[in-house]
Amino acid sequence: MSDATAEVPVDRARATEAGPIGRFLNATELDTRMLGMLGALLIIWLMFHVLSGGLFLTPRNLWNLSVQSASVAVMATGMVLVIVTRNIDLSVGSILGFVGMIMGVTQAQLLPGILGFGHPAIWLLAALAGLCVGVTIGALHGFVIAYLGVPAFIVTLGGLLVWRGGAWWVTSGQTVAPMDATFRLMGGGVDGSIGATWSWIVGIVACVAVVLMLMNARSQRRRFSFPRRPIWAEAFLGAVTCSLILGAVWVANSYPWPVGIVRRYAQANNIEIPEGGLFIAHGIAIPVLIALVVGIAMTFIANRTRFGRYVFAIGGNPEAAELAGINTRWVTMKIFMLMGGLAAVGAMISTARLNAATNAQGTLDELLVIAAAVIGGTSLSGGVGTIAGAMLGAMLMQSLASGMILLGVDTPLQNIVVGLALVVAVWLDTVYRRRVG
Amino acid sequence: MAQEATPPLVELKNISISFGGIQAVDDASLDLHAGEVVALLGHNGAGKSTLIKILSGAYRRDAGTILVKGEEAVIGNPRDAKKYGIETIYQTLALADNVDAAANLFLGRELRTRWGTLDDVAMESQTRKVMGRLNPRFQRFKEPVSKLSGGQRQSVAIARAIHFDARILIMDEPTAALGPQETAQVGELVKQLKADGIGIFLISHDIHDVFDLADRVCVMKNGQVVGTARTQDVTKDEVLGMIILGKCPPGAVPGPGAAPLS
Repeated sequence: MSDATAEVPVDRARATEAGPIGRFLNATELDTRMLGMLGALLIIWLMFHVLSGGLFLTPRNLWNLSVQSASVAVMATGMVLVIVTRNIDLSVGSILGFVGMIMGVTQAQLLPGILGFGHPAIWLLAALAGLCVGVTIGALHGFVIAYLGVPAFIVTLGGLLVWRGGAWWVTSGQTVAPMDATFRLMGGGVDGSIGATWSWIVGIVACVAVVLMLMNARSQRRRFSFPRRPIWAEAFLGAVTCSLILGAVWVANSYPWPVGIVRRYAQANNIEIPEGGLFIAHGIAIPVLIALVVGIAMTFIANRTRFGRYVFAIGGNPEAAELAGINTRWVTMKIFMLMGGLAAVGAMISTARLNAATNAQGTLDELLVIAAAVIGGTSLSGGVGTIAGAMLGAMLMQSLASGMILLGVDTPLQNIVVGLALVVAVWLDTVYRRRVG
Repeated sequence: MAQEATPPLVELKNISISFGGIQAVDDASLDLHAGEVVALLGHNGAGKSTLIKILSGAYRRDAGTILVKGEEAVIGNPRDAKKYGIETIYQTLALADNVDAAANLFLGRELRTRWGTLDDVAMESQTRKVMGRLNPRFQRFKEPVSKLSGGQRQSVAIARAIHFDARILIMDEPTAALGPQETAQVGELVKQLKADGIGIFLISHDIHDVFDLADRVCVMKNGQVVGTARTQDVTKDEVLGMIILGKCPPGAVPGPGAAPLS
C-alpha cells in the first residue's frame, strides 16, 4: 500500500506540481493511509473469497464479521487516545471480564431478587452498574498513572492480573447465565438486529447527515473565505460515502433469518409461508450499531472537543502541552476513565452475545485491541492515530481470523498468521510514513 | 528614566531554586518596566532559562517573591503566569509537532462555538491574520508544524506569545534557529512590541544578538546575578567580562554573584 502513494508530493503546498492522482488526492483531501488500509482489507477479503470457494463475501459472513468485530472495535477507539498520549492499557481484557461478571451477577442474581424476574429495568440497571464499575476502574488506573507517576505499562499490567483475578472472585469462578432478555439484544442474533426497514432508515439518516456535514463544512469555510475543495470533489466524497453506507445496509438486509426461526415466527403470527420460503432480513445488528455510535462519538470527541485537542497535543509534545497551560494529568486520568467505560461497553456486547458471563471472558482482548489500534495507524511513539483507522483495524484482524476459520486453518497457524500480519502492517506503515511524512 | 517612578511591570526578588542539591538559581533579583527590553545574559547553564521558567510558571521557586505591577503574584503553573499577561517563547519553541499552526496558536485557549465544540474555522481565520502580519509568505495552515521550516515554526511560537495581549514577553534564545534575515525580522518585532509598551526579557548566551536591542543587561553566572547595567553605561567588552569572569564594571550595579574586586 505504500507504492501507490509514494509519488504523491504531500510535502508541497501547490496542487499544480502533482500528477493526476496527486491532484485528485489534494482536491478531495483524502487520507492516503486510510485508503491504503481499505485497499488492504479489500485484498484480504477477495483473497479469502477466492480461497474459500466463494464463502467469504456473502451477506451472512460479512454480517457475522461485523458482529464479531464490534466489541474489539469499541475498545480500540479508546485505545487510540491511550496510545496517542504515549500510554498503553494492557488491562482492557481483564476489565471486560470483571465488568462482565459484575453485570452478569447484577442482572441474573441481584436484581431479579429485588425487582422480580424479567423486570424491564433490569438490563438498564445492569448496564449502568457495569459502566460505573468500568469508569471507576479506569479512574483508579488513571489516577495512579497521572498523579502518582507510575508508568501506564506497569499499572495496567497489574490491572490485567488484578481484574482477571477479580472476575474469578465475583462468583468463585462460576459462570453466570442466562442474561436478561433485553440485555441480550446487545449481542446481536436474530432478535438483536433492527430489521430491514429500520436499517434503511438508519442508512438514509446517515447519508443525509453526511451531506449536511459536507455542506456545513463548506459554508463555514466560505464564511471566512478560506480555500475550498472543488465542488466535484465534494460531490464525489458525498456520493462515495453514501453508496458505502447504503451498500453496507443492503448487505445486512440480504442476510435472512434461518428457516427454522422464520417458521416459528410465521406460526406465532399466523403468517402463511409462501412458496420458496419467507424472506425476513436481519438488518443491522445492534452491537454493530453500538460500535458505530461509539465510533462516531469518539471521532467527535477526538476532533471537535477541547479534550480531544489536548489528547493529541499531549501526544505530540507533553512538555509543550504542560507549558501551554493544559492540565495534562487530569486529561490523562480522563482518558483512562473513558477507556474503562468503553471496556464496559465491550463487556456488554460480549456477555450479551455469549448469553453468559465467564471469568475468562476477554482474555487476550487487550492484545487484539492494541493490535487493532496500531494496524489502524496509531503510532506507539504518540501523537498520531484515528478512531476510524482503529475500527478498520479491528475489522481487519477479525477478517483474518474468521477467514482462516472458514478455510479450516488450525488455531496455532491462525495465531502465527495474525502475529505476522501485525508486524508486517506496522512495518509497511513505517515505510509509508518515512516516504510521505 | 520616567518609568522609575511607577512600580516595575514585574519584579523578581531573591529567587532561589535547586534541583537535587544543585543550586540552579541563587538569590537572583531582576526587574522589568513597561516598554523596556532587558537582556538576560550568561553562559549555558548560568541559570537564565531556569530563572525565567520560574516567572513563566514552568518551575516552582524554592524561595523569593514575584511582584507584578507592585503586587505579589501567585504563579504556580503556566496558566497562572498567562493570567498575569506573561507570555513565553521557549528556546525549544514548545510546539505540539503533530497538530497545525492554528491548534498550536490556541493551545490551551481554544475558541469554541456556542455548542462548546472547537471553532476551527475561527481559529484558522485569526491564525491567518496574525501570521500574515509576522510572516506574510506563510501558507501552510493545514499541515502539522513538524513539516514547517525552523523559521516558520519560530513564527508560530512568536504568534502564540503576542496574540493574547501579552504585557510581559519572555523570549528565550529567540534567534537561535534563525538565519540573518529572520533574525533581523525578530529585531524589528522586538522594537515594535517595545513601542506598544510591552516589557520584554531577551535571553541569550550571545551578547551580539541582543546588545543593540536591549535597554539594560543583566548577567548571570553559576546561578547568581553578576550585575545589572544600562547598555549606555557599559561596553560590550565589559559585559563580556561579566559573562566570562563575573567581573562587575563600574557602570553596573553589582549583584550577589559579582567576583570580589582584586
